[in-house]
Amino acid sequence: MAHKSILVVGGGVSGITAAIEASEAGSEVYLVEQKSYLGGKVAQIYQYFPKLCPPNCGLEINFKRIKQNPKISIFTLAEVETIEGKEGDFTVTVKSNASRVNQNCTACGKCAEVCPVERSNEFNYGLDNTKAIYKAHEFAFPMKYSIDDKVCLGAECGKCVEACKYDAIELDMATKSLKLNVGAIIWATGWDAYDASKVAYYGYSQHQNVITNVIMERLAAPNGPTRGKIVRPSDGKAVESIAFVQCAGSRDENHLAYCSGVCCMASLKQATYVKEQNPDAKVYMFYIDVRAMGKHEDFYTKVQNELTLIKGKVGEITEDPITKDLTVLVENQVTGEIMKDKFDMVVLATGMVPATAGLKLPVELSYDEDGFIATDSKQPGIYGAGCVKKPMDVASSVKDATAAALKAIQSTVRR
Amino acid sequence: MVKKTGVYICTGCDIGDSLDIAALSKVATKEGKVPVCKSHAFFCGTEGSALIKSDIENEGVNTVVIAACSPRVNYDVFDFGPSIIMERTNLREQITWCHPANDEDTQMMAEDSLRMTLAKVKQVELTEPYQGENMVETILVVGGGLTGITAALEGAKAGYKTVLVEKSPVLGGWMNGLFKQAPQKSPYTTPEEVDVDRIKEVEAHPDVKVYVGAEIQEIAGAPGMFDVTINQNGTIITERIGSVILATGAVPYDPTKLDHLGYGKFDNVITGQKMEELASKGKLVRPDGKEVQSIAFIQCAGSRDSEHLPYCSATCCVESLKQATYLQEQNPEATVYIFYKDIRTPGQYERLYKQVQKDGGIFVKGDITAINEDDEKNLIIQAADVLSGAVISSESIDMVVLATGMVPTTAFGENLIVETVSCDTDKKDSEPTEAVILKSNLLNLAYRQGPEMPTLKYGFPDSHFICFPYETRRTGIYAAGSVRAPMDEISAIEDATGATMKAIQCIELSAQGSAVHPRVGDMSFPDFAMQRCTQCKRCTVECPFGSINEDEKFNPIPNHTRCRRCGICMGACPERIISFKNYSVPMIGNMIKAIEVPEEDEEKPRILIFACENDAYPALDMTGINRLSYNAWVRVIPVRCLGSLNIVWIADAMSQGIDGILLLGCKHGEDYQCHFIQGSELAEVRLGKVAETLGRLDLESDRVRMEQVNITDYDKIPAILDSFSDRLQELGPNPYKGF
Repeated sequence: MAHKSILVVGGGVSGITAAIEASEAGSEVYLVEQKSYLGGKVAQIYQYFPKLCPPNCGLEINFKRIKQNPKISIFTLAEVETIEGKEGDFTVTVKSNASRVNQNCTACGKCAEVCPVERSNEFNYGLDNTKAIYKAHEFAFPMKYSIDDKVCLGAECGKCVEACKYDAIELDMATKSLKLNVGAIIWATGWDAYDASKVAYYGYSQHQNVITNVIMERLAAPNGPTRGKIVRPSDGKAVESIAFVQCAGSRDENHLAYCSGVCCMASLKQATYVKEQNPDAKVYMFYIDVRAMGKHEDFYTKVQNELTLIKGKVGEITEDPITKDLTVLVENQVTGEIMKDKFDMVVLATGMVPATAGLKLPVELSYDEDGFIATDSKQPGIYGAGCVKKPMDVASSVKDATAAALKAIQSTVRR
Repeated sequence: MVKKTGVYICTGCDIGDSLDIAALSKVATKEGKVPVCKSHAFFCGTEGSALIKSDIENEGVNTVVIAACSPRVNYDVFDFGPSIIMERTNLREQITWCHPANDEDTQMMAEDSLRMTLAKVKQVELTEPYQGENMVETILVVGGGLTGITAALEGAKAGYKTVLVEKSPVLGGWMNGLFKQAPQKSPYTTPEEVDVDRIKEVEAHPDVKVYVGAEIQEIAGAPGMFDVTINQNGTIITERIGSVILATGAVPYDPTKLDHLGYGKFDNVITGQKMEELASKGKLVRPDGKEVQSIAFIQCAGSRDSEHLPYCSATCCVESLKQATYLQEQNPEATVYIFYKDIRTPGQYERLYKQVQKDGGIFVKGDITAINEDDEKNLIIQAADVLSGAVISSESIDMVVLATGMVPTTAFGENLIVETVSCDTDKKDSEPTEAVILKSNLLNLAYRQGPEMPTLKYGFPDSHFICFPYETRRTGIYAAGSVRAPMDEISAIEDATGATMKAIQCIELSAQGSAVHPRVGDMSFPDFAMQRCTQCKRCTVECPFGSINEDEKFNPIPNHTRCRRCGICMGACPERIISFKNYSVPMIGNMIKAIEVPEEDEEKPRILIFACENDAYPALDMTGINRLSYNAWVRVIPVRCLGSLNIVWIADAMSQGIDGILLLGCKHGEDYQCHFIQGSELAEVRLGKVAETLGRLDLESDRVRMEQVNITDYDKIPAILDSFSDRLQELGPNPYKGF
């Protein structure tokens, strides 16, 4: 079956899956990822619900599949600039940003030892720093270093160049542009967490101990900024009481009108993170409806006794300016009482915003009112996969990406 | 092939600074009598890799040993094509990065590591892919509902012939009974006409062969070569099939079990299914002719109920909301109640929920305590209203609709207790979990391991993997749609398309002789030395994928395209007759023998680790990458799966004087993480039997230990090793040292 190549944009779990699934059926695939590593948001997650297993396990298998498969070409630190043509015959321009570290890099790490500059580590949501030359994280694939050119002192420092025995560092590396000819495009650029500071009454970015669910994953991860200790950002104190505030933006006409679909399960899962470290911790979850679809109900049933579930939409979160403790104000819809409970930390279950709500495709395509790629998009040969289509969990994203791979193959064999 | 081996020792990345490379080279040249042995400071660089390629081209080197970094990196640089045997010795991540430099023990570790690789390559042979006979590319889809129709159509659109088999006389399944379908596009507020065009399209497609009124009588064979017998209204048809999609769907939960909700007692308590039928007829009227002015939907009728279906059926909230709009549209004055536990409208279905609220729907969160009928056959619902705290009684309601849940079609039929590993120990928890197979008369597989797909909880034959939702325990057979998990129409369409992708992949890979997920690209397959087989049936019983059949004399009949190449059969075989060209019992045995065991008075114990190459081995790498140091007595042998562990290796190691053996594998039990389903669990079961053998040798059973580690447990590895080492110190040295 000789047919044209497929371009997959986005190297998160959806993109990786789409690329591997198509290539294992025989297609040539180009995989373009903006960051220096594959894995996307999944690489930042500590454990999956409902099995509480580490995402790196599945990523490792997927990377193994990529490693043995010569039909997949990966472009990291790359972006799609233009798309021209039509189904079966697209010409795509890909801009490959300079990592300033070439293929010679062995990831030995000598460069980072001598680098004098630090930068905020976005992999850990800024909770710690890396050097200006850094490996994105320890499971990073491809396992190479890259340089943050915004903070690198350049040739006048040049310490890393000196330390590198393998001539891997090219401080003057230039941006490259290349043209790809493909028969179909899978757009899998994923999602961003809704900006929690827009829900002003929850005090995110004002109250130090109000964090979001995505940050919680890094706090709990053994390779995170606190080596897995769930502690308060304000004082590093171990968390003894915590509140999960559901629908922080989702199901709210003023923010995201839709339900983000995963946050209930994510918070229930994160409750187990806290309980694992401190079985006596006071854990509350404030919700509108608990949405544990299908067999996920089992997990909900299992963990229900681990936490106190209160039906009610949180109205306000205030901070004690001295202790930095937080008070959550909520009307308990079961009892009707107004609750004012104090917590060490609050986790906002922020929703999913499709990446396409901000960054559109450089080609005409229809989107729904929330910025998701419309299901009846009228652009043959271009397919959304994963959270650019609707909010979904990992298993659903993988399923959807596998489906997208077949749609793309159809576009490449169609006469 | 006459092997000419080249050993390439990299001195980069601290290796040269921490090891005596000259001494290490002697292991290759003197002990191993290897003709070519070179070192270089940068083998993965252009010059270094060119050096190896030049030796291959000019010196006739055809067997390459790279003693450098982990095989997890530089896989592309060190790929010399299919005609070269290549093995890696992990000096960097697992030796120099986690052990002190220029230390006697570190050096011994490196030398043993190279010895083990050399012992291995002596026996590794190039793989020759298996070629099946008369292989075809046709996909069989069982079940002609929305999922099945979609699968057949999507397969055909990708250029594959499909055969669609439906039990009833027409295609369409549940679609035929619907008045409208739930919205499938923005703004998700209004129900849509049922997509009957899809049925017409599949019927008209030249590459789809449709059999209605037909059932599968038998599926025999293996991917690429299934022989399928179809019984269409008594006529027998056979089809040669490449791979299979199971799309037989789900049925509503039996409402007669819901008499506490008045079903069967009261005429006007109906199911959601009946509601569709009534709505299709036009104005909603009751059987007694009364126009429906008020209606109540009872959510979770059977679902989320430990006495009925413990799971959530995932579509009932949206379905009831959709049905609520039927009445709201006909009669905006009508009263619509929805009694619920949680309204579950994920994603954009939230908008349908909002719409029904906006149009006057009354939502009551509460458990139904009673449903009664008045003289006019109206219904009065009593519910404990969670929100107000009171038990409320509704006004008279014309009709009550029960949102019954979904039961997969695989959940019916006699439970076939599949023979599992016979386990002599009394400990129940050391027995492997039984595969549940119900004789549901859907596929009728002519498999030794049972006629249908093994199911997980609640009868769903779904995948246990979050990352791999199409993982299947019957290679080449993929479940899709509501038979796999409760799902709505949009999900069923995606699922059908995804499963078709996997079915196509299986066809393509089987034709090449390659394994399917997760070992795609592996061209090796198990070879059975049948003359030594004792017909013990262990291989057929233990294979988690049901890949091995038996003849009438209980001889195993392997089916290579069903095989996942995990090696569990190799581990199971007490006669050790099962081998792969590049992975076998004697090969690992020789690796063990290659370990130099110091005399007792040297006080250098040896610990052998069998590490699952999917999780434990990368975790050991991560320990090194994080420069955590650990016990230097260990020697590591990666295995395809812990299930491929043959207990003779334990005897081999013990008789050689190795002090302890540690198995590092994936978590098993309900939330198992083993990529080969039962491999790590089977290893644990075998371990239970080892105790006896050790006892006979006068060795303590805790010289062999198994630990479950996942890939992120690297920080725990040093402590795991220390604790084991401490125990071994207590036990003292293995008395077989020096024998």
